Amino acid sequence: MTISPISLAFEKSKKERRPALLTYTVAGDNTKKKSLEILNSISNYADICEIGFPHNTPIADGGQIQTASYRAIKNGIKMRDVFQIVKEFKKNKNAKPVILMGYYNMICQYGQNKFLKKCKQVGVNGLIVVDLPWPDNINFAKKCRKNSISFVQLLSPTTSKARMKKIISNSHDMLYYISMLSTTGEKLKVSPRNILKNYVKIKKIIKNRKKNLVIGFGITSKNISSFKSSDGCVVGSEICKKISKSIKNRQNPVTNVSNMVKSLKSKIA
Amino acid sequence: MIKIKKNKLLIDQHDKNGFWGKFGGNFIPETLKKPVEDLAILFEKLRKDKKFIRERDYYFKNWVGSPTPFVKLENLTAHLGGAQIWAKVVSEANGGAHKIYNATVHSLIAKRAGKKYIVGDTGAGYAGKMLSMAAKKFGLKCKIFMGAKDIKRQKPNCDAMRKNGAEIVPVYTGSQTLVDAVSECMRYWVSNCLTTSMCVGSTVGPNIFVKICGWSTSQISRELILQIKEEFGEIPKKLKLINCVGGGSSSFGFWNEFMHYNKKQIEFIGVEAGGPKKSKRHAAPLTYGSKIGILHGAAQYVNQNTDGQIEETESISAGLDYPGVSPLHCFLKDVKRARYTAATDEEALKAYQLVTKYENLNPSLEPSHAFAEAIKIAPKLSKDTIIIVNSCGDAQKDRDILRKRLGK
Ligand SMILES: Cc1ncc(COP(=O)(O)O)c(C=O)c1O
Repeated sequence: MTISPISLAFEKSKKERRPALLTYTVAGDNTKKKSLEILNSISNYADICEIGFPHNTPIADGGQIQTASYRAIKNGIKMRDVFQIVKEFKKNKNAKPVILMGYYNMICQYGQNKFLKKCKQVGVNGLIVVDLPWPDNINFAKKCRKNSISFVQLLSPTTSKARMKKIISNSHDMLYYISMLSTTGEKLKVSPRNILKNYVKIKKIIKNRKKNLVIGFGITSKNISSFKSSDGCVVGSEICKKISKSIKNRQNPVTNVSNMVKSLKSKIA
Repeated sequence: MIKIKKNKLLIDQHDKNGFWGKFGGNFIPETLKKPVEDLAILFEKLRKDKKFIRERDYYFKNWVGSPTPFVKLENLTAHLGGAQIWAKVVSEANGGAHKIYNATVHSLIAKRAGKKYIVGDTGAGYAGKMLSMAAKKFGLKCKIFMGAKDIKRQKPNCDAMRKNGAEIVPVYTGSQTLVDAVSECMRYWVSNCLTTSMCVGSTVGPNIFVKICGWSTSQISRELILQIKEEFGEIPKKLKLINCVGGGSSSFGFWNEFMHYNKKQIEFIGVEAGGPKKSKRHAAPLTYGSKIGILHGAAQYVNQNTDGQIEETESISAGLDYPGVSPLHCFLKDVKRARYTAATDEEALKAYQLVTKYENLNPSLEPSHAFAEAIKIAPKLSKDTIIIVNSCGDAQKDRDILRKRLGK
C-alpha cells in the first residue's frame, strides 16, 4: 500500500521534531479567487490545509467560522466551486494535502458516491464530517478508504473510553481531538496542561504510531507553543477572524493570513 | 414498505440508529453523543418510573391545568353549514399553548439529572415562555435563544419570559428566526452540556428530543379521547383531526392516541404555513414536496437548495416559520397515515377573523392555519362528520401583527 499524503506530512513534521500545522479556511472566503490565493500562500508554512465547504446551518461552529461561511455563501459559492478551488490549488507544486471539512447534508445532496469520486478527481486527501459521528459514519468511512481518502474521526472530552476504542479501531491515519467542550472559535477554557493530559491518555489507547492525533478548537498564536508535543495543531477561527478584520480594514487578507500562518509555524518549529 | 406497527407507540418505532424509516437519526457533533445518550437513558428509565409519572400527572393536572376544554363551535358550524366543528382548546393550558407539556417534562428530567441550568429555542415565543415558567417553578436557571426578527414580532411572550427571570439571547444569524435560534441553542449546548440541559421546543432535533417532546404533548390526545367518548358515547364514525404543523409537536400530541384507528374513520390533517400568497417562500416542506435533508441533527423533508443549503422561509406565524418538520410527520406522510396541506398568511388571517367573529375563542396565528383548512372543507362535508381543530395557542402574543394586518 502506498503511504497517503496526509501520513507523509506527519512524517515530515516528526522528522523536524515539531507538530504538523493544520490550517482551516473556508472555501470561497471571501471570494473564490482570494481563497485560492490564501491557500497558495499559506502552503509555504502549513503542513495540511483543511478547507471548509460552507453550510448555512452549522450546529458546531462558533461566530468566526459562521461569519466566514456566510460570507462565502453570500458570494455565491457552490459545491462545484469548492471542488474547483481544490483542483486549482492542487496544481500548485507546493500544494499541501487537503482535508475537506463540512456538514453531512451537503454531501448527501451532492450524492455520496458522486461526492467521493469528485474528491478523488480534484485531489482531496481527507474528509471531516462534523455531524456524522461513529457509528453512523462506518459505511461512509469505508467508502472513503476505497477511494484512498482518509476519513478523520473526531474524539471529544465527552467521549467515553469504551467508545473511543471503537472509534479508534475504525479510524484511518488521522484522528482529531476536540480540546474542550466548545464550538469552534471559543477561548481556550481548559489549560493546555490538562488538554495534553487527555491527549497523552488517548495516544496510549491509540498505540499505533501510524495513527496521528491532532488537537483543535481554541488553538491560536497565543497558545500554540504549548502544544508542541502533539502530532499536529489545527488553527481555524483565528485565521477566519484575520480575514474578517482584513476586509474591515481594507487590507489584503492574503498577506495578513500568510503572515499569521508563518508566525504560527515559527512558534512550533 | 414501512408501516406503522400496532403494538407500539410511534415514538418508539425507530431503529437502533434512531430512524423512523428514512427519517430522524442523530447527526450531531461527537461532543453531544454522550449528553444525548445520557438523556436517552434517563428518559427511558423515568418513563417506567411510577413516581416520575405521578409527578408529571400531578403537575399536568394542578399546574398546567388538565383537561383543557373540548367545545363545539356552534355558531361557526351553523355559519358554514356542513360538518360539525369542535375545538380542543389547548390554549387554555397554563401559559396559553401546548408548549407547556414539553417544557414541564424537560424541566422535571433536568431536575432528576441534577442540572441547574436549562436552555431552549423559541419561535413564536411560547416554547420559550413555557420553559421560563417551568424553569422558575422547578428552580432552574433559564436561557432562551430567539431570532431577532421573532423578538420583535412576538413581544408579549418576550415580556413574559423576562418576567419569569429568563435571559433571552437574540440570534442575529441567517433569517433571524426559529431555524437560527435552534442552531444557536444547540451550539450553546455543545459548549455547556455538562452543566446544562437543553429543551428542543418541538418534535425536532436528535432522536431523543423528538421522543421526549412527542411523549409530552401526547397528553392532548389522552385527554381528548376521553372527552370524545364522554361527549359522543363512542368514537364517531367520521372524525377529522386538524392541526397546524410547524415542528409538529402539537399535531403529533393531538393525534397520538388515535394513531391505530383506521384513517377512513379518523383522518389526520396537518396544515403547514404556506407563507404570503404572493411569495415563493413558504414553511411547508411536506405540502410542497421538499427533498430529504439533514437539519438540526435529523433527516427530514426540508426546504433547501440543490447544494444542501437550508432555505429561508416566510410566514406570518413565527411558530410555523421553520424550514424543516418532525421526522415523525415525514414518516406519517410517507405511510400515508396523515394528509398535509398548507394555508397562506391571508387564509390564516381570514380564518382568524371568522372564528373570532362567531366564537368566543381567540386562536393565535398558528392554529388559525388549521382553522383555515377546517373552514375550507367543512361546508362540503356531511353533518355527521366531526371536525376537531386543535386551538393550540392564544392570540394575545399576536396582537401587534393582528392590529397591523386587520386594524384590530
Ligand atoms: C401556538 C403554537 N402553535 C403551533 C406551533 C408550532 O409548533 P408545533 O408544530 O411544534 O406545534 C407553535 C410554535 O411555536 C405555537 O406557538
